[in-house]
Amino acid sequence: MTATPVALESRPEGVPQQSAAADLLATGLAAALASATTATDADVDRALRATRRSLLDLGILLSPAAAPRLEEMAALAHTASVRRFGRVVRLFAPLYLSNECVSTCTYCGFSSENDIARRTLSPGEVAAEARVLRERGFRHLLLVAGEHARVVSKDYLVDCVAALAPDVPSISLETQVWDTATYRRLVDAGCEGLVVYQETYDRDTYAAVHLKGKKRNYEWRLAAPDRAAEAGMRSLSLGALLGLHPEWRADVLALAAHAQALLRRWWRCEVAVSLPRLRPAAGGYQPARPVSDREYVQILCALRLALPDVGINLSTRESPAFRDAAFKLGVTQMSAGSHTEPGGYVEPGGAEPQFEVSDTRSPAAVAEAVRAAGYEPVWKDTIGARVKDASSAVQLRP
Amino acid sequence: MHDPLVIAGREFNSRLFLGTGKFPSNASLEAAMVASGTEMVTVALRRIDVTAEEDILDALDPGRVLLLTNTSGADDAEEAVRLARLARSGGYPTWIKLEITPEPRYLLPDGVETLKAAEILCREGFTVLPYVNADPVLCKRLEEVGCATVMPLGSWIGSNQGLKTKGAIEIIIEQSLVPVVVDAGIGAPSQAAEAMEMGAGAVLVNTAIGTAGDPAAMGAAFRKAVEAGREAFLAGLPAVGRAAAASSPLTGFLTS
Repeated sequence: MTATPVALESRPEGVPQQSAAADLLATGLAAALASATTATDADVDRALRATRRSLLDLGILLSPAAAPRLEEMAALAHTASVRRFGRVVRLFAPLYLSNECVSTCTYCGFSSENDIARRTLSPGEVAAEARVLRERGFRHLLLVAGEHARVVSKDYLVDCVAALAPDVPSISLETQVWDTATYRRLVDAGCEGLVVYQETYDRDTYAAVHLKGKKRNYEWRLAAPDRAAEAGMRSLSLGALLGLHPEWRADVLALAAHAQALLRRWWRCEVAVSLPRLRPAAGGYQPARPVSDREYVQILCALRLALPDVGINLSTRESPAFRDAAFKLGVTQMSAGSHTEPGGYVEPGGAEPQFEVSDTRSPAAVAEAVRAAGYEPVWKDTIGARVKDASSAVQLRP
Repeated sequence: MHDPLVIAGREFNSRLFLGTGKFPSNASLEAAMVASGTEMVTVALRRIDVTAEEDILDALDPGRVLLLTNTSGADDAEEAVRLARLARSGGYPTWIKLEITPEPRYLLPDGVETLKAAEILCREGFTVLPYVNADPVLCKRLEEVGCATVMPLGSWIGSNQGLKTKGAIEIIIEQSLVPVVVDAGIGAPSQAAEAMEMGAGAVLVNTAIGTAGDPAAMGAAFRKAVEAGREAFLAGLPAVGRAAAASSPLTGFLTS
């Protein structure tokens, strides 16, 4: 399906040529980053009036000079979103497979150093979780697991996807990153999308928070979306954890540049971004620089204006009041009723969660709030994975 | 005046087709359908889920409108054909709006794959209405393989930019043996009227109605615009010219 194969066999240092990761590393972000601190009112005027916006404009819209113009930005972002995506928001749920992890990441509840109750669901237990989520309305599921190549192995993940594929129209995956061949097996089993957070694009911060494990290899992770796209994943979702890097503007700019690079290189893929703010978790990590509500809204609006066609996800890490107001500024997909511990839908609290959820409302309550805001909650919007027989995705008969 | 639109032998009294994405609720979609007077409604197979408590199809009255399922999301001919066959085996009408848009940003149609899929689906007995770029030659090729209409875009989906491809659409209308439905980019009733004045058989509107402050009222406005544009076309629009044309002849004094 691609004209530019990305040949990766083991886990080499460096990123492959002809990849979005390479394009990103070749992108000079210095000017955009400078404009994010030195922009003037006149720059903000120009960026707001532009019909197409560059990374430089994104920098301007993220700058302190743009902060007092938040209401204007919000109005533009809202209008752009409605025109492009309509008055709809897609709902999905994370399904945690395992909290086993051999990596040490200082901010994560699953970090190997944390003495927590560990659990890995069997494919049968995964199917039971999915049944509960289906009953609650979900047709889009995101399978999440810690990094443990023996317990959460390739074969295990393929088995989980295959177990769900007949009943779940859209399956995405957020686990340790894999090679192209593994992603291809997952696509063939029915996996539609990959979610991979770079966490932070700043190499020093990345090294400082990822102390142990394969995740320390920054570039292997950075090129994971390329490998997934090459393998035929239809959707790619990127993320940065706001609060890790003291300069959040730099991470937002790099994330946007990465999304743009993927859009150009893998023009058939849908690309979305997530920017969760760090939440309390086991291990007691304190964000280096918390992002305020006002700053967060500025980020959402700026991204919507600079990347009008990119999906934006909003997680249950945010409070109900914040989500109900902010989703109208450009969010295309929200999780709802999430449990971040494996088995949490059948048996809540049976294992350690990855982080504390802030919006604890039921999926039905979130859907109702979406409706009350004049939007349609969309539970299904997919034709499934790029496989020969993805018949479950089109549910035309009961 | 009885002036039905005839597609594949079926008569439609409305020349306004409605897309169903982007509406704030099923209720608003239903209201817009009624107010617009539409008789043909397209629904993405990717949105249909009859196992759900509330489905987009619940808003449709099959006695009043023809359900035109579409293959939105299909990347290539193979996927589109698979979706169409699934729709048929699910008992849906065999009218298919063929959309192959491998590029998810502007949702521009892939003419190569569209022609391939159209050929297969027409052969299998589907009534195929393909969404295409405003490419006159491609439209003739689609007509030749048996498509029931051609549906060129006015500008890209959801852009509300109107008839950016006007010149090419004029050629398509001039050459076409099947109804030409202007399918995307129509953002205002005036633009719909413009397409109808040019001789389009129908227009398909979604974003402009679905995202309007009041979708039902906007549906009614589009209904009038489409009717007005059609009537103007039938009445014979006077030619637009640069030179002045005096209403009293300047050479009338010449008696012989």
